[in-house]
Amino acid sequence: MNNGLGEPQRVVLLGGTSDIGLAIVRALCSPALRRIDLACRDTAAGERAAADLRADHPAVEVEVVGFDGAQPETHQTALDDLGRTGDLDVVIVAFAQLGEDGGVRDAAAAARLATVNFAGNVSAIIAAGNVLRRQGHGTVVVLSSVAGERVRQANPVYGGSKAGIDGFAQGYGDAVAADGVHVLVVRPGFVHSAMTAGRQPAPFATTPDRVAAATVAALRAGRRMVWAPGVLRYVFSALRHLPAPVWRKLPIN
Amino acid sequence: MTREALAGWGSTSPTVADVRWTTAQRLPAQLGEVGERGALLRGLGRSYGDAAQNAGGTVFRLDDSVHGVVLDPQAATVTVGGGVSIDELLRVIVPAGFFVPVTPGTRFVTIGGAIASDIHGKNHHRDGSFGSFVESIELVLADGRVTKVSPACDPELFWATLGGIGLTGAILSATIRLIPIGTSRLLVDTLRCANLDELMSQMLANDHRRRYSVAWLDPLATGAALGRSVLTIADHAEPGDLGAAAGADPLSYRAAQRATLPALVPPAGLINRMTVGLFNELWYRRAPRRREGELQTIPSFFHPLDAVGRWNRVYGRRGMIQFQFVVPEDRPDVIHTVVSALAEHGTPSFLAVLKRMGPSGPAPLSFPAPGWTLALDVPAGGRSLAPLLHGFDDLILDAGGRHYFAKDAHTVPAAIRRGYPRLGEWQAVQRRADPHGLWQSDMSRRLGLTHAEGDHR
Ligand SMILES: Cc1cc2nc3c(=O)[nH]c(=O)nc-3n(C[C@H](O)[C@H](O)[C@H](O)COP(=O)(O)OP(=O)(O)OC[C@H]3O[C@@H](n4cnc5c(N)ncnc54)[C@H](O)[C@@H]3O)c2cc1C
Ligand SMILES: NC(=O)c1ccc[n+]([C@@H]2O[C@H](COP(=O)([O-])OP(=O)(O)OC[C@H]3O[C@@H](n4cnc5c(N)ncnc54)[C@H](OP(=O)(O)O)[C@@H]3O)[C@@H](O)[C@H]2O)c1
Repeated sequence: MNNGLGEPQRVVLLGGTSDIGLAIVRALCSPALRRIDLACRDTAAGERAAADLRADHPAVEVEVVGFDGAQPETHQTALDDLGRTGDLDVVIVAFAQLGEDGGVRDAAAAARLATVNFAGNVSAIIAAGNVLRRQGHGTVVVLSSVAGERVRQANPVYGGSKAGIDGFAQGYGDAVAADGVHVLVVRPGFVHSAMTAGRQPAPFATTPDRVAAATVAALRAGRRMVWAPGVLRYVFSALRHLPAPVWRKLPIN
Repeated sequence: MTREALAGWGSTSPTVADVRWTTAQRLPAQLGEVGERGALLRGLGRSYGDAAQNAGGTVFRLDDSVHGVVLDPQAATVTVGGGVSIDELLRVIVPAGFFVPVTPGTRFVTIGGAIASDIHGKNHHRDGSFGSFVESIELVLADGRVTKVSPACDPELFWATLGGIGLTGAILSATIRLIPIGTSRLLVDTLRCANLDELMSQMLANDHRRRYSVAWLDPLATGAALGRSVLTIADHAEPGDLGAAAGADPLSYRAAQRATLPALVPPAGLINRMTVGLFNELWYRRAPRRREGELQTIPSFFHPLDAVGRWNRVYGRRGMIQFQFVVPEDRPDVIHTVVSALAEHGTPSFLAVLKRMGPSGPAPLSFPAPGWTLALDVPAGGRSLAPLLHGFDDLILDAGGRHYFAKDAHTVPAAIRRGYPRLGEWQAVQRRADPHGLWQSDMSRRLGLTHAEGDHR
């Protein structure tokens, strides 16, 4: 159960090795936190992340389980299994792949990416939501991206999958609110993480820790959407309305 | 049955449950229909934290009528349904010359809630908690059996139910000893104290002289004024104390709610350092330096907050944390530290109440213990509130103190195990009464109070 200070007792990270996801998990550590579950496809890497968490938070139990975002049909079982060991207070959906810039020629590769980033995220969110609805409480944190706000020509598969998951998560949040389930959509800009390693940072680049701090503040305040950094909300409300010919020529594209 | 979001009076952690209004007759059979998330009884939801909610499970509410109240004036006892409120009860018993032996700071609590929290009042230093006045409790057990427990008949279950936060069974009714009163007024002495030390020595010197004693303190005052406060001590007035006008009808009782705070308060609430500073300043200044023998009514002395319905809404959407703990009498330093840390932190608390408690009762999870109890409200969204409160917890537990379940929204399982060393004893009785874990609450999950959760089917 979350306590009255908004501190959870149990946090699940889907995409258990995600830099942003792990930063959010750390920001949720408090004397109330009792258990963390890292669900990842690379469980050896997951164990390394778990060892770091255990070293810093010896009172918290940290478990690693296998989880493949590309296999949506396994998600409900995976989440049900997690739910059987006690209530899930916060489930963070942080698995996604960036793909290659310019990857608009390989139809099969695009579909694989869309499967993880969209179909797999949708099924994971619903699977988690089903557990939380039965519990009558809990929060799903969905890592969307500003990339979905106005999709860039450089990587429309990634951007398109983020636009889709962002819209889905908002609508789903409305659908399950009456069951006590809260959905928080996080829209980070460029974040220095494994995903963006070696890439040229975009304007307003930020860090996983700052995204995590903004996410936790939004969770405590019961918000449904948070931008990180916050200024991007205004930047993108301008970018969204740029005429296509102008947008296409922008250097950020 | 409706699916409803339920929260405590602090409105901090709402969760959704199936809410069923029921009666003492129907409830036993309905327990068989409960799902794996279990069941809980809820009174008027005046506990501040998550004691009266059961996420994903069933929450029963007793539709009791005041017509079921049976007053025995000879024995000075009343038998009353678990869903009847102290508000309703007072309307019956005060005109008949009786008063409840213990009342909390609001009359909108049920008898079930009063027993399940083993509540205390301004007379705890003299009279003990609610449990000292309960003669017997009619309980529905998890298997649907109805049983009557008392200090003589199954005392273990009786005392485990007092302060048992709803986890031993459903309280259908109880027989309670009342105190006789000659009038519905109180004779109140008021004393303004410049700081915490003065207040504590006044309490030590004066508490025993009167049945009721409590102090309100300004949680924002710092430095030499730290803990400046208003102490009130009182007794029930006798007919001879009343003037001619009131004397004609010495037991008249009128308790009205003047207004209800609408849900339109801004999400951030109205509570900030400025409004609260002003409120506390006015309250302190309004009190006379010293006044003796002032006549007050029951509502104005015991339940001043009830004049405004849903006053908790002033805290806005994020709600408030009410923080109440007790430390032994020889540890006033903990009270000092907490009050000064909060004042320095600038947390705008608009209610801080200090009281001296008398001896503990026999119930293993009952909160009161001899010493000082401090209760304060703070807005839940406050910056760095969490580390501050967790820091206080260590201080309180190290001093041999504990937290009050009826108020708690933030402590951790280990804190309860330290504060309530008899938890294991209570759990053994609880398990006997509910071997398959029917009774569940958000609080029991958060604090790991019961063990057999979820396998009652
Ligand atoms: C303004 C204010 C002032 C207060 N002042 C005081 C005070 O001075 N002293 C004090 O001790 N407390 C005080 N309280 C706390 C209050 O007295 C307790 O929280 C009390 O338990 C609330 O009763 P309720 O009917 O609202 O119960 P709820 O809050 O609905 O429930 C409280 C607990 O009782 C259980 N319960 C309720 N009905 C039954 C039943 N029929 N059978 C079994 N279990 C049941 C619930 O499961 C839950 O665990 C105050 C609260 C407020 C809001
Ligand atoms: N970094 C940014 O600039 C940025 C900006 C906006 C939004 N985001 C979003 O934030 C989230 C987290 O990203 P991040 O920055 O933390 O990058 P990251 O460290 O690369 O995390 C992505 C995670 O997804 C996992 N993953 C990929 N495919 C998977 C699959 N099929 N099954 C299970 N797990 C899989 C990865 O695991 P492996 O290590 O096994 O691949 C990795 O743990 C993503 O949704 C991302 O789109 C990132």
